[in-house]
Amino acid sequence: MAKAIAKRSGRGQRLICVFLLGVVLFNFPILALFNVTETIFGIPVLFAYLFFAWALLILLIYVAIERSQ
Amino acid sequence: MLQGWVIVCASFAYIGFLFAIAFYADKRADQGRSLIATPYIYALSLGVYATAWTFYGSVGRAASDGIGFLPIYLGPTLMMILWWFVVRKIIRISKINRITSLADFVASRYGKSAMLGGLVTIIAVVGILPYISLQLKAISTSFNILLQYPEIVMPTKAGVTRVFNDTAFYIAIFLASFTIAFGTRQLDVAERHEGMVAAIAFESLVKLIAFMAVGIYVTFVMFNGPGEIFDRALAEPALAKLMAPFEGAAGSYTSWIWLTMLSMLAILFLPRQFQVAVVENVDEKHLNKAVWLFPVYMLAINLFVLPIAIGGLLHFQGAHVDADTFVLTLPMAERQELLALLVFIGGLSAATGMVIVETIALSTMVSNDLVMPLLLRVTKLRLMEHHNLTMFLLDIRRAAIMLILMLGYFYYLLAGDAYALVSIGLISFAAVAQFAPAVIGGIYWKNGTRLGALAGLSAGFMVWLYTLMVPAFAKSGWIAEEIIESGPFGIELLKPLELFGLAGLDQMTHAMLWSMLFNVGAYVGVSMLSRQSAAERIQATLFVDVFSQTGERTGFWRGTASVSSLQSLVGRFLGPSRAADLFDTYAKSRGVASAEELESDARLVRFAEIHLAGAIGAASARVMVASVVDEEPLGVDEVMTIIDEASQAIAHSNELKLKQAELEVATRELRTANERLRELDHMKDDFISTVTHELRTPLTSIRAFSEILHDNPELDSAERTRFLSILVKESERLTRLINQVLDLAKLESGAAEWKIAALDLRDIVYDATNATGQLFKSSRIELQTEVPDRLPTVVADRDRLMQVLLNLLSNAIKFCEPGKGQVWVSLRQEGDEVRVDVRDNGIGIAQASQQFIFEKFRQVGNTLTDKPKGTGLGLAICREIVGHFGGRLWVESEPGQGATFSFSLPAGAAPAE
Repeated sequence: MAKAIAKRSGRGQRLICVFLLGVVLFNFPILALFNVTETIFGIPVLFAYLFFAWALLILLIYVAIERSQ
Repeated sequence: MLQGWVIVCASFAYIGFLFAIAFYADKRADQGRSLIATPYIYALSLGVYATAWTFYGSVGRAASDGIGFLPIYLGPTLMMILWWFVVRKIIRISKINRITSLADFVASRYGKSAMLGGLVTIIAVVGILPYISLQLKAISTSFNILLQYPEIVMPTKAGVTRVFNDTAFYIAIFLASFTIAFGTRQLDVAERHEGMVAAIAFESLVKLIAFMAVGIYVTFVMFNGPGEIFDRALAEPALAKLMAPFEGAAGSYTSWIWLTMLSMLAILFLPRQFQVAVVENVDEKHLNKAVWLFPVYMLAINLFVLPIAIGGLLHFQGAHVDADTFVLTLPMAERQELLALLVFIGGLSAATGMVIVETIALSTMVSNDLVMPLLLRVTKLRLMEHHNLTMFLLDIRRAAIMLILMLGYFYYLLAGDAYALVSIGLISFAAVAQFAPAVIGGIYWKNGTRLGALAGLSAGFMVWLYTLMVPAFAKSGWIAEEIIESGPFGIELLKPLELFGLAGLDQMTHAMLWSMLFNVGAYVGVSMLSRQSAAERIQATLFVDVFSQTGERTGFWRGTASVSSLQSLVGRFLGPSRAADLFDTYAKSRGVASAEELESDARLVRFAEIHLAGAIGAASARVMVASVVDEEPLGVDEVMTIIDEASQAIAHSNELKLKQAELEVATRELRTANERLRELDHMKDDFISTVTHELRTPLTSIRAFSEILHDNPELDSAERTRFLSILVKESERLTRLINQVLDLAKLESGAAEWKIAALDLRDIVYDATNATGQLFKSSRIELQTEVPDRLPTVVADRDRLMQVLLNLLSNAIKFCEPGKGQVWVSLRQEGDEVRVDVRDNGIGIAQASQQFIFEKFRQVGNTLTDKPKGTGLGLAICREIVGHFGGRLWVESEPGQGATFSFSLPAGAAPAE
């Protein structure tokens, strides 16, 4: 029982951390760093960054949720 | 190839296929082999979030704002992380309380308030109308464009005068019939629609595939990969700006941040999201996969938005083509008939998915939280007397669906042209965001009150109407446009787009800022100032502490209701046979054979209420159940006690405490019983040793004198006679002692024989004084008797009473000084008792001794030095006898002042003359 609770709160903490990371990644001022008219591998930097950060976040959610199962 | 009939046939074939899926899923559900009980279907059904807005509108938004379409999907991704906390809680609450819509949820949280449920319903319906009009606009536009193939002509919207020639009107009718056929075939207790969910999940796949297909075609076939598209875009200053749309200052991110927050709330509070995420949820565990699968879905469907948008801008340079239609017009321009048809079907699936789920969710709200509470209050309708209201309920929902779509259509007529798709949808997002304070506050803050929620929702809704709806109507020309430019009645401070002079923000940010400020402010402020009713307090605790409750709640309810009345009530709404099934199943779960044997307790009432709530909403169910239940209202004090024990953790510990207390009491009782036993054991030992001791004294002297006589035959006769008389006296004493011990044992064991008769105590006193007269004379003690003329008889044993009196008299003689002694015997009636006093002027008894002289072998004085003058059993026997006849025996005395032994017996019969 105690172990299950510890496990759960661990998952909760991980999720909160991922959420806060997401808030930072998708926000000013980090966004401003990528707000340039240049491309990387032929793709606009801002566009590439947002999709990369998004994928990373999904991966982290996956880890936070599934690792504790 | 793409004639009108081809498009229509393809559409109908697609819809027919949806029906087949739904039918199959419903059949599987009936067989208990649910098709949708997997996290993958659950995640796909959440994809109903992606509507025509996503399918057509995102590209339009991207064409003007670049990356600006993305917050609408980043917000939900962030929210999905919090789902594990928020939605899991909402799902748990909803399952326990059988909540079937957002309106029900809010109403239930704030004391099952019908008014709140109605308000939420109205806000939801009005708020969602723009969103539905968006779908109508998208379908009719795409249909009309596709109809012109191979030409690419932007359709012009029909005027109000030409409603019956308007595609959108027929699409609205078609969607309504379709939804009615889909969602209101039967009334489900839990409001779950497995068939619908399966179809929605399928639609999510279709729109994803269609959109990806266009994306890949545009990016890799029309253009040579994303590199070419973006390189060409960067070459043109107007397009290059889209690559980095933010202005340098931090302020230009405000809109982005607000849109993110807005969509975070929308994914929670859009009625259709609530429907698929909460109501249709099969298993809480599905959340675990859905929280990352759904963001993956959103990422995939957004991947090609920007390439399509830029591709469209590059391809249609200068031509009059609305960016909202790029997804369709690009394949058309390339003469890709099949792809264009697939796109149209994809858009259709995005729009129909939204309309089906949204209107079903809204119709549930309208029927359960708006129409039913009103109708039930109109006693003239005698709704209560109908036996089966199932069809009636379904009809209300069908009418609601038709009405909502018609209203959606009229909104489209009135304001549909003023904005692009995304802007129309955002107005709806802002409306449902108004639910956030009441719902989020409701599940985490116990002190949020009904009045607070009413105030917050009303305030937020009013600001929303004023800052978003009024400008929309004004732009369409339905309201004078002056109100935007110079404010109502020329009051500049109240300009809808610059409320209180707040300028410089885009319309959505401005509206969200003010509406949230008013909403949260009113909710918190009024909650602080108002008090919760008992019912609110209970619901608040149940909602906030939902995770600390385990098992079934028995409900806080006192009252009575018959099982049959409850069953017939449920039967009226769910159908009698369904109700009978439910009650029988419930009876079995409670361990009784049939519903008739059920006990009508709080749990049964709650069972009935919950199932009713599934069909007609919490507030209505409350009213219905109250109508058949003879309910005793809970007092505030009781409720407060209940609240204190509400969370079961506390209740559990209380139970433990209670048990502990019970144990302690039992232990204490055991300990005293044990002590008593030990005392009794001790007394028994004492008694035996005393008896032995008492027996030994006469025996010893008998033996001693016998030995003297035996050993000394030469003793003179005078001496011999003296010794013999001692022997006789000691034997007599021994006999008396043994008799008394036996007597007492008999009395105590209840084995004594009693000769009961009505007695005149005067006779007994007379006899007793006569019998002891000689003794008094020889002791030179004066005896006086005092006897009344009339005295009631007592019911007792004559010989035994005589024994008592003789004992008391002989005791009096024993303790009086010969020559000076005086003894008074008096007899009198006291109330309904007859009392006998035997008073002497002897040595008296010390206070300390008075308590134990009635015990066995307890005599006053030092038994070791003084020769005992009796056996020490007399008074014990007396008390036993008097007690047997229901009387009392006691003593009053002071040392040196003599003693008064008294006993009283209940008067038994008419006074003896």
